[in-house]
Amino acid sequence: MNLFQVVGHSTIGHLNRIGRATLFLRQTLLGCGPIFVRGRLIVEQIHAVGVLTVMIIVVAGLFVGMVLGFQGYHTLIDFGAESSLGLLVAVSLTRELGPVLSALLFAGRAGSAITAEIGLMKATDQIAGMEMMAVDPVSRVVAPRFLAGIIALPLLAAMFSAVGIGGGYLIGTLQLGVDSGVYWSTMQQGIDFYDDILNGVIKSVVFGVVVAWIAVFEGYDATPTSEGVAQATKRTVVIASISVLALDYLLTALMFGGI
Amino acid sequence: MLSSSAGENDNAIVTLAGVELAFEPEREVLSGINLTIERGSVTVIMGPSGCGKSTLLNLIGGRLLPDRGQVLVDGESVPELSRSELFALRRRMGMMFQSGALLTDLSAFENVAFPLREHTDLSEPLIRNIVLMKLEMVGLRGARDLMPSELSGGMARRVAFARTIALDPELILYDEPFTGLDPISMGVTAKLIRDLNDVLGATSVVVTHDVPQGCSIADYGYLIGEGKVVEQGVPEALYQTKSEEVRQFMEGLPDGPVPFHYPVSGIRNDFLGGGVR
Repeated sequence: MNLFQVVGHSTIGHLNRIGRATLFLRQTLLGCGPIFVRGRLIVEQIHAVGVLTVMIIVVAGLFVGMVLGFQGYHTLIDFGAESSLGLLVAVSLTRELGPVLSALLFAGRAGSAITAEIGLMKATDQIAGMEMMAVDPVSRVVAPRFLAGIIALPLLAAMFSAVGIGGGYLIGTLQLGVDSGVYWSTMQQGIDFYDDILNGVIKSVVFGVVVAWIAVFEGYDATPTSEGVAQATKRTVVIASISVLALDYLLTALMFGGI
Repeated sequence: MLSSSAGENDNAIVTLAGVELAFEPEREVLSGINLTIERGSVTVIMGPSGCGKSTLLNLIGGRLLPDRGQVLVDGESVPELSRSELFALRRRMGMMFQSGALLTDLSAFENVAFPLREHTDLSEPLIRNIVLMKLEMVGLRGARDLMPSELSGGMARRVAFARTIALDPELILYDEPFTGLDPISMGVTAKLIRDLNDVLGATSVVVTHDVPQGCSIADYGYLIGEGKVVEQGVPEALYQTKSEEVRQFMEGLPDGPVPFHYPVSGIRNDFLGGGVR
């Protein structure tokens, strides 16, 4: 094959995948209807993808907050503005780091698990078995995981930000000597509900939809072999991470760029 | 010939007429299959691996659509059904996969309860009774709390049996039920297929390449080769066939009309022709 054929072939392949993923999203959304009635299935999945991800989110949030405390302090002190440390940490976390980093961690911890689980269910005929039992696997297996991802990620992002602010507090006040009252009051004064908190929540909801969508699609579309499932899991982490970062840029530009 | 009267056979639950299917344009899997499955019978479909036997089950279950030809189940044309009609039809069917296809996150009990919970509003005590009855039929009432990973291959398949019959299906499809089982489990499985069919008043279609086991429980048998029905009849008649091809398969001879070698160009080319691969 010459260069043109290779490029054309892979372009058509990618477009084809995007098309299938979009149709699958539609199918998943339609499948979400009947599953709402059975909340237990969604709760189970929120436990699997959300609760079990809390630990990694808390630990990561704490360290990110501590690093922010350090770096922020040393930058601000040059301008004599170290009293604004609380505001700097909180804005960084609620606007950007909370939603983005928790989405990346979520893709690695929960997204990969969803893909591997659905892919293996396909490889071991469990999906086909459900179809033959007249149970719609998209509604029974895919939709609860998809919804759980959308519900869990904003909550995890909120936890990430909260713990991170705590981490910044630990370093900033206990170690570096910023006044504790000042740390909180600059934050209270400077954080805007719409600009900072609501925009952060919107971001994490969008990331939740995208990561969960990619994870369930890759699992459902996986070649039903061990190698196929391994490939699909890898693709979930890579594509979800890239999509989160790219979308973050896009959303930030829309929210704060005045476009 | 049986197939000519296929359409008018009142006692047929499944009728396939002139079914053709190709996965790729040049590789035809089924080329004009005609077969009829009588209500209440155990019909065995035999043939070498890769001859399209499992494809037949997928056609009957509506998981694949034929390129040409008719697939009738209980008078309904399967390829023309809408999704909801197809699901309604599948509720009256059970299919057992080679692997068992048990849901790995549910216990044996919950696996059997799964179709009941999905399709009925029965109370919990009633579900429990039905599940335990079904598990009793396959001799695994004591294994109700085991997870699929704790079951042996034969036991997993018996749990799958129990799940398949949970909703008392009219038609049960078995995909290679004897593969990978020890002789005892194999005998148990064969007996279960026959007994369950008679007790439940169901119809069973068994796809297998195991000739002795298949024939031991069959009322009627079809032999498939190269996408066509090559022989059909009651098991005794299949053993006494005159066709060399059928004899080769029934008796398990390594070479004959069905060649040992996969189609390949002349041997001289590969070893002396200086080819690269």
